[in-house]
Amino acid sequence: MVAAESVRVVRCGGSELSFRRAAFSADSKYIFCVSGDFVKVHSTATEECVHILQGHRNLVTGIQLNPNNHLQLYSCSFDGTIKLWDYIDGILIKTFTVGHKLHALFTLACAEDSVFVIINKDKPDVFQLVSVKLPKSSSQEIEAKELSFVLDYINQSPKCIAFGNEGEYVAAVRDFYLSVYFFKKKTTSRFTLSSSKNKKHAKNNFTCVACHPKEDCIATGHKDGKIRLWRNFDDDKKYTYTCLHWHHDMVMDLAFSVTGTSLLSGGRESVLVEWRDATEKNKEFLPRLGATIEHISVSPAGDLFCTSHSDNKIIIIHRNLEASAVIQGLVKDSNIFTGLMIDPRTKALVLNGKPGHLQFYSLQHDKQLYNLDIIQQEYINDYGLIQIELTKAAFGRYGNWLATVEQRQEKETELESQMKLWVYDKKTQGFVLNTKINMPHEDHITALCFCNAEKFENPTLVTASKDGHFKVWILTDDSDIYKKAVGWTCDFVGSYHKYQATNCCFSEDGSLLAVSFEEIVTIWDSETWELKCTFCQRAGNIRHLCFGRLTCSKYLLGATENGILCCWNLLSCALEWSAKLTIRVMEPDPCSENIAAVSQSSAGSDLFVFKPSEPRPLYIQKNISREEVQWGVFVPRDVPESFTSEAYQWLNRSQFYFLTKSQSLLTFSTKSPEEKLTPTSKQLLAEESLPTTPFYFILGKHRQQQDKKINEALESELVQLPLTENIPAISELLHTPAHVLPSASFLCSKFVNSLLLSKETKSGEEILEDVDMEEEKESGDDSDEEHDFTENTQDTNDTELGEDIIHQLSKSEEKELRKFRKVDYSWITVL
Amino acid sequence: MAGYKPAAIQTYPVLGEKITQDTLYWNNYKTPVQIKEFGAVSKVDFSPQPPYNYAVTASSRIHIYGRYSQEPIKTFSRFKDTAYCATFRQDGRLLVAGSEDGGVQLFDISGRAPLRQFEGHTKAVHTVDFTADKYHVVSGADDYTVKLWDIPNSKEILTFKEHSDYVRCGCASKLNPDLFVTGSYDHTVKMFDARTNKSVISVEHGQPVESVLLFPSGSLLASAGGRYVKIWDMLKGGQLLVSLKNHHKTVTCLYLSSSGQRLLSGSLDRKVKVYSTTSYKVVHSFDYAASILSLALAHEDETIVVGMTNGILSVKHRKSEAKKDSLPRRRRPAYRTFIKGKNYMKQRDDILINRPSKKHLELYDRDLKNFRVSKALDRVLEPSCTIKTPEITVSIIKELNRRGVLANALAGRDEKEISRVLNFLIRNLSQPRFAPVLINAAEIIIDIYLPVIGQSPVVDKKFLLLQGLVEKEIDYQRELLETLGMMDMLFATMTRKESTSVLQHTSDGFLENRKMES
Repeated sequence: MVAAESVRVVRCGGSELSFRRAAFSADSKYIFCVSGDFVKVHSTATEECVHILQGHRNLVTGIQLNPNNHLQLYSCSFDGTIKLWDYIDGILIKTFTVGHKLHALFTLACAEDSVFVIINKDKPDVFQLVSVKLPKSSSQEIEAKELSFVLDYINQSPKCIAFGNEGEYVAAVRDFYLSVYFFKKKTTSRFTLSSSKNKKHAKNNFTCVACHPKEDCIATGHKDGKIRLWRNFDDDKKYTYTCLHWHHDMVMDLAFSVTGTSLLSGGRESVLVEWRDATEKNKEFLPRLGATIEHISVSPAGDLFCTSHSDNKIIIIHRNLEASAVIQGLVKDSNIFTGLMIDPRTKALVLNGKPGHLQFYSLQHDKQLYNLDIIQQEYINDYGLIQIELTKAAFGRYGNWLATVEQRQEKETELESQMKLWVYDKKTQGFVLNTKINMPHEDHITALCFCNAEKFENPTLVTASKDGHFKVWILTDDSDIYKKAVGWTCDFVGSYHKYQATNCCFSEDGSLLAVSFEEIVTIWDSETWELKCTFCQRAGNIRHLCFGRLTCSKYLLGATENGILCCWNLLSCALEWSAKLTIRVMEPDPCSENIAAVSQSSAGSDLFVFKPSEPRPLYIQKNISREEVQWGVFVPRDVPESFTSEAYQWLNRSQFYFLTKSQSLLTFSTKSPEEKLTPTSKQLLAEESLPTTPFYFILGKHRQQQDKKINEALESELVQLPLTENIPAISELLHTPAHVLPSASFLCSKFVNSLLLSKETKSGEEILEDVDMEEEKESGDDSDEEHDFTENTQDTNDTELGEDIIHQLSKSEEKELRKFRKVDYSWITVL
Repeated sequence: MAGYKPAAIQTYPVLGEKITQDTLYWNNYKTPVQIKEFGAVSKVDFSPQPPYNYAVTASSRIHIYGRYSQEPIKTFSRFKDTAYCATFRQDGRLLVAGSEDGGVQLFDISGRAPLRQFEGHTKAVHTVDFTADKYHVVSGADDYTVKLWDIPNSKEILTFKEHSDYVRCGCASKLNPDLFVTGSYDHTVKMFDARTNKSVISVEHGQPVESVLLFPSGSLLASAGGRYVKIWDMLKGGQLLVSLKNHHKTVTCLYLSSSGQRLLSGSLDRKVKVYSTTSYKVVHSFDYAASILSLALAHEDETIVVGMTNGILSVKHRKSEAKKDSLPRRRRPAYRTFIKGKNYMKQRDDILINRPSKKHLELYDRDLKNFRVSKALDRVLEPSCTIKTPEITVSIIKELNRRGVLANALAGRDEKEISRVLNFLIRNLSQPRFAPVLINAAEIIIDIYLPVIGQSPVVDKKFLLLQGLVEKEIDYQRELLETLGMMDMLFATMTRKESTSVLQHTSDGFLENRKMES
């Protein structure tokens, strides 16, 4: 059983994928991206995460392919280490300890035994580019302390450093300077743009730099949206630059294509611009990428680009500027207004995603399931523009209905708001807009809830607003002879002394509706919409309101702004108990009576779990987060856990997730979710990451068989090497760690044997073969003894074989050789 | 990546009647032609053959009208007393009519004197009809009998005496020459078979039956009597399918539209209702000036003729649809241009490149997509757009405001252009649904063009007009507020009792809470 102490607050929901540039493998089959302390390996074809490289103890700050071995990957981290990985198996090969906090990593093909890193040595904001000599050693942990200084006074971002023309020079930008260091001459030239003195050049700051792979040409991006192409910079006097201007805002990143014929640039406009031949006329666009482009990278093969976006997304783009795949993490870009919700159908976490979208995020798979476009309007990404915000959302029972509220307020009096009701369409497996209500209230909507009780077959929705009203909306039949249709209409409008309605909540059986009006809680009968009773505590406005569940359904809980938590008994209409607690989040558990409350104090946030029937909490965890907790939600578990300790029993059936002010999603668990994630099976890798669609499962086998047949047919015509994929022995061997395998000399002899034999059979015994095979099948079952025998005898045979094939073979020898053939050595042919 | 999303055009609910296919269809008639007859129009019947003349029975005359003539092209007036139920034979060459004195007369359309006279009824004959074989006539009379007559030798073949009250309506099957249906004031509708000399099906309508109608298939029967229209399934032996009660007064006539999809009923409450024959819901309704006695539709619903108690015959013709083709059509690319290459089968080594189909964008959307904001605004300020669909103009102004470029789009306009914007504002500013957006736009315009005011008398006049409009609106709002206040006061005095009880209740709650705390 799980030890009680092991439950702790863990981060989940993935990390920022767009923190640094992504990198491609040499064959463009995989893409690597940083993700917090990990490096993720994704397939470019399927978007699937193939491996998570774990080992760093702090944020990973740079990844680069090993230029000398394209099956290896370097990564550096704030923890001061550079790690070398075998990304196909997901194995850590070596760790180089540098000691300083590493901010970026660069590799060069010409500098074989050293890499370049950005460190800050003395002062916090003075950064240096240094080269680190990586000592050759067989041990796994190596100290790499041999640093040699290259450039000083640089920007910490790796976007501001670029190596050009096969490592002849390095260019770095900061503020208004472009510095170029020539490795051969060991000189630095510095170019300055006119700075902020006059208004025209106020935004001349350099933001990023890229170097042409073949020519001496440096491209720099600027804050005012200009791109400058520098040439002749080896001469301090004769240097020239040309300007390209399309971006109206800061150029976020630049990249040259592999051949250098085109330059890619991106920025806040979320448009990828391809400049052909470095001229202003020839440019191509890939617009509407969704969010600010943070990084651009190009695959070494040149067939793919990828853009990292501020909404935690990586888009893989073909050479012809067609987006082919999207790797999307949990979007943390925007403010979360809707809070955390659970889609009852998919059990996915639902919250604000891309601007104007709701994201459905699977917590189990750390993957975004899909985005639902709520606002359905062209998104203009511009600084200072007041956007339409998706402010509220709620799911109906079983996830059949979804209600969303969007608002836009330009001035005090001009509020635009819309409520949309979406129905789940089974045919398309998605939400379809059913009803759009313009200005459902005259003021902001503060709360939104569906009646989830079983007994109401007619869905009911309640909205509370600052205009002092709450409205009840019901689904009505809107069909006539021409079409069948349902729509939502307002059924009842309630108010209480013109106070602002702040919260609303249905009881579990749906018979009562609680609406809080500032300090007062009113209880309404949901059959007749009659005011039943009111509660008032005179302790500030009600901030949270919820009914107890199951055995505690006679209680109503309210948390006020002044830090009082009240529990009223609905049967006696009296206050049952109250406690002094400044509550930020109050969430009932859908599977039990428990209610979780997160309180805020100067030291941090504390969690209390209690039952409404008894004021003594079941569980208290102090200081779950240093920041303010904004939202929380209980997620029912698929498989119940079994915590024996009484304190943790509230976690048995559901899990509590909460979101802090800095958009980090946290939960209580024994281990971090990344550890729990089952890495996608190695089969995927062995099958060379064919897209594993359902079709593949149906047709793939069939095709493999066909392939076999074709191969057999071919083999009879010409001598051909057997296909590697079809032989399990090969894949097994290739995926077995090297130290388990027999020595190379041993394998080599086998290899030679197999080659000779296969030739022999082809020439001599093709007709006999079928018969023999059958015999062998029978004998083949009686196990490994024979194998052992063959392996033992092999050494003796080795020497003779060379002569034997020329002579006729004796019967016994022939039999022996056939046994050899049964042991499948064909893998060796591919080595 | 996601494509361009077109600007959202705000739709506003249309007040009043919903526009459906049916309202469009049934409203697509010209204003009615009114023809004055000598008495109440008891029956209108269209000839089933071209040129679709119709016979109108009113008082002691039968008038035959041509399709578009307002004067009768022929009149049969040799009745001693009131004539009833002039009905055309299927070939449109013979006409039969009953009369108050109990006679049934058969006319040739081209002749004047009756061809045959069937004597046998002792009282007024209100209903006559030809059977499906064209050689017999069915008649029902106030002497409670229903008779079947042979035309060639003008003899009575059969007499049915099963009704116990006046027989006022009847209808012969269009398919079977032996079947016919009659409705009587004894509340029953009976189906007779000439082969069995007695009724085969009898259904109880519940009210005196004023009209019966067999559906073309013969399987359904509609009967009207009292305020009810009832539909019976004859194949199930006269089971009631549905009972419709949509009129306020007695339903007097029924008619089926030419497609058989719609059933029309006319009533003394001066309304004609149109029902769908699949759902039996009212899909449309017409109003007339007087109580309706008779109703008929021409071939293909080209004409609706309604006869009323005050002797007015209302004739409505369908609007012609030839107008559309008046403009010569622009030559379009040939059909083969569109299918070019579509049927090409992919060969083994071919690489198929799919080009996504182009989404159609409105012109203003195309401009918005390319950030040509001024041009987009110009497009929606065209008179064709501002008059017909002001909501599009307002939506685009709103969209420009959302994008933060409304000031850019409005700036830099000359006298003509700015007066166009101002015209739109003047026309629509006071509409509550547009006001929030347009007030904002007006403020921006005033800010932009304040420095140049006084340079153009045209624009200055428009500004003054706008100012007057705003002042008027403010006064109006003030008055409304005053009225609202008065009404509030009135309501408050009326509901004092209830509210006080609520207040007491809440104060009780407070007290209880206080007690708990102490």
